[in-house]
Amino acid sequence: MSLAELICPAGTPAALRTAVDAGADAVYCGFQDATNARNFPGLNFTPDELAASVAYAHEKGTKVLLALNTYPPAGKVDLWRQAADTGARFGVDAFIVADMGVADYIARTHPGIRLHLSVQAAASSPEAIRYYCENFGVKRVVLPRILTIPEIRQIREEIPCEIETFIFGNHGLMVEGRCSLTNYLTGQSTNMDGVCSPASDVEYVRHDDGSMSSQIAGFTIDCFGSDEKAGYPTICKGRYTAPHRPEGYYAFEEPISLNLSRLLPELIEAGVHAFKIEGRQRSKSYVRNVVRAFRAAVDDIRAGREANIADLVALTEGQKQTQGAFETKKWR
Amino acid sequence: MAVTNMAKLTLGPIAYHWSAERRRDFYACIADEAPVDEVYLGEVICSKRAPFQEAELPTIIERLERAGKQVVLSSLAEVMLKRERKATEDLAAIDSHEIEINNAAGLYACGKRPHRIGPFMNAYNEATIKWMAHQGATHVVLPTELPAPAIAVATRAARDLGLGVEVQVFGRASLAVSARCYHARAHGRTKDNCQFVCEDDTDGMPLITRDDRPILRVNGIQTQSESYIDLMPEVKRLAGDGVTHLRLMPQAVDMVAVAQVYRRALERRLDLSEAEAVLREICGGAPFSNGFFHGEAGYRRIANANPV
Repeated sequence: MSLAELICPAGTPAALRTAVDAGADAVYCGFQDATNARNFPGLNFTPDELAASVAYAHEKGTKVLLALNTYPPAGKVDLWRQAADTGARFGVDAFIVADMGVADYIARTHPGIRLHLSVQAAASSPEAIRYYCENFGVKRVVLPRILTIPEIRQIREEIPCEIETFIFGNHGLMVEGRCSLTNYLTGQSTNMDGVCSPASDVEYVRHDDGSMSSQIAGFTIDCFGSDEKAGYPTICKGRYTAPHRPEGYYAFEEPISLNLSRLLPELIEAGVHAFKIEGRQRSKSYVRNVVRAFRAAVDDIRAGREANIADLVALTEGQKQTQGAFETKKWR
Repeated sequence: MAVTNMAKLTLGPIAYHWSAERRRDFYACIADEAPVDEVYLGEVICSKRAPFQEAELPTIIERLERAGKQVVLSSLAEVMLKRERKATEDLAAIDSHEIEINNAAGLYACGKRPHRIGPFMNAYNEATIKWMAHQGATHVVLPTELPAPAIAVATRAARDLGLGVEVQVFGRASLAVSARCYHARAHGRTKDNCQFVCEDDTDGMPLITRDDRPILRVNGIQTQSESYIDLMPEVKRLAGDGVTHLRLMPQAVDMVAVAQVYRRALERRLDLSEAEAVLREICGGAPFSNGFFHGEAGYRRIANANPV
C-alpha cells in the first residue's frame, strides 16, 4: 500500500499552521507574485513569512512544497529563479513546477531539492511524465483530473515517479496550463500571471425584475432568478446559449466541486502516493475541517479500518459534487 | 536584404472536422493559388477524427509539394489514450517530413531528433526555448497569448540559437483544450458516442452570453475565441523583431484570399488600411482582435496601437 500522504492548501501563514496542526503530511504554498497559479490579492507568503512557516512545519514533521507552477513570459524569468533560490535557502522540501526552463534551472541549481511536476504541465501519459522524470529528475507528478482509476493504475505501472491526484475542491474543466480563457476576457493570464477569473473583474448586476447576472469584465457569465443564489462567475462554469441550445446551458460544466472521498480506498489501492486538497483561497476553518476529516479517513484506511466516508461527503453538503472522470470515462 | 528578411507565410493545421472531400478541395486551392510557403497538416485536436483524414493525406502532401509548398506534419495536442500515444509515437518516427510536436509525449518519442515546437507546447520564454533547442528543436511557434515585449525577447533568444520563430497572425485563437468534448455535450452525448457532430460546424460552434454577446467557439475538446486574431497592423513589427514565420489558421472563409492579402501587405504592395479593408470583406464581419499582442484582454482590437 502507498503512503497516501495528505497534501494540503496553505494560502496564508495562518492557514498553513492550521493545516499542519490538523494533520497534513505536507502543505503547499506560493509567494505573493506571478510565480504561482493562485496569485490572488490577500493570499500567499512574503519571504519572511515563508521562512517562519517552513520552520513551524518542520518542527511538526510536516513538509512544505513551494508552488512555482506558472510560465514565465520571456524577459521575466529571473523572478521565478529568485523565487526558487529563496525557497531553497529556507529549506522547502520540494518545488512544484510546470515550465521546462524553470525545471531545468532548479534541477541544475538546486539538485538536492525534490521536483514535483505541477498539474499545470498537463502530463497525462506515461511518455510525457517520463520526459520530465528523465530530463529534470522529477520525483512526483500531479495528474490532471481527467483520468479514470484504471487509467491511473496503468500509468503507475509505466512511470518511475510517485503519483499525486486531486481529491477534493475545485473541479477544473480545461487542461491546466493550456487555458487562456481568463486572459481573453480580462487581459490577465492564468499561465503567465497566475490569475483565473479574477475577483477584480467580477461584477454582480441586479436587474429590475429581481434577477441577477454575474459578469467578468462586462461579459455575462451566468444569470440567476430572484429565487436563485448567484454563483461566482468562472468562465468555464458559465451558462451560454448555442444554436442547438437556445435556452442556455452549462456548456462546459456546472458549478460543482470535486469530491473523491468515496474513491479513496480504490485510489490508495491503485498506488496513488499523495492526495491533494485544493483550496489555497479557502478560509482557515474550511482547511481545518477538510484536513481533519481526510486525515482520519486516510489513517483508518491505512490501519485496515472502515473509513467514515460520510463525514467527507458531508463536507460539500449543499453544494453539488462530482467524481468527474475518476469514476467513469462517460464524464468526457 | 529586404527579400531575405521577409517572413514566410505558413498555413496552420485545420482545427475543425472538415470532411475528407472539403479538405481535398481546400488544399488543392491552397496548392494552386495561395502564396504560402509552408503548410502544416494533421489532426491536432481530436484523435477520433484522424482516421477520416489518413487516406487522403498522401495525396494532399503530394499535391502541395508539387506546388512548391513545404509540408510539416503536426502532432496531437492532447495525448492520453492508447491510440493517441500510438499516433504520437508514429508521427515522431517520420523522417520524410519535418514534424511539429504539440505534447510532451511527442518530445519523449522524438528524443534529440530535429523537430518543431508547436503552439500547445508552452514555449513562453528564453530559458524554455534554450532547453528545447538543446533537445533538438529547430523551430518554435510561440504561445498565442504572449504579449509583444515577450515575443521580442523570445524571438531574439530563439534566433541566437538558430531556431525559426513563428507567430499566429490570423484566425481564431485556441483558448483551451479539455479531456471532455463540448460539441458532444451540447448535443447531449459523450465523447465516446459523439457521432462526429462537430463536422456540422466548419468554423466552430458559437457560445453566446445570455445577453446575446458571442464570445467563444467550441470545436470538440477545444475552446476557441469568437474573434479572429488579426495581426496585420503588427506584422512589420514582428518581422522587425526577427520573427521568421507568420501563421494563418484555416477558417471557413476564402483562405486563398486571406493569404494573398497578407502576402501583398508583406511585400508592401498594399497599404495597411487597404489591406485591412480587404481582409474585413473576406471575413464577412467576423470580429478581429489583437489584444493578446498588446497585453490587453485578448478579444480587444487595439487600433493603430503602435504603428511603425
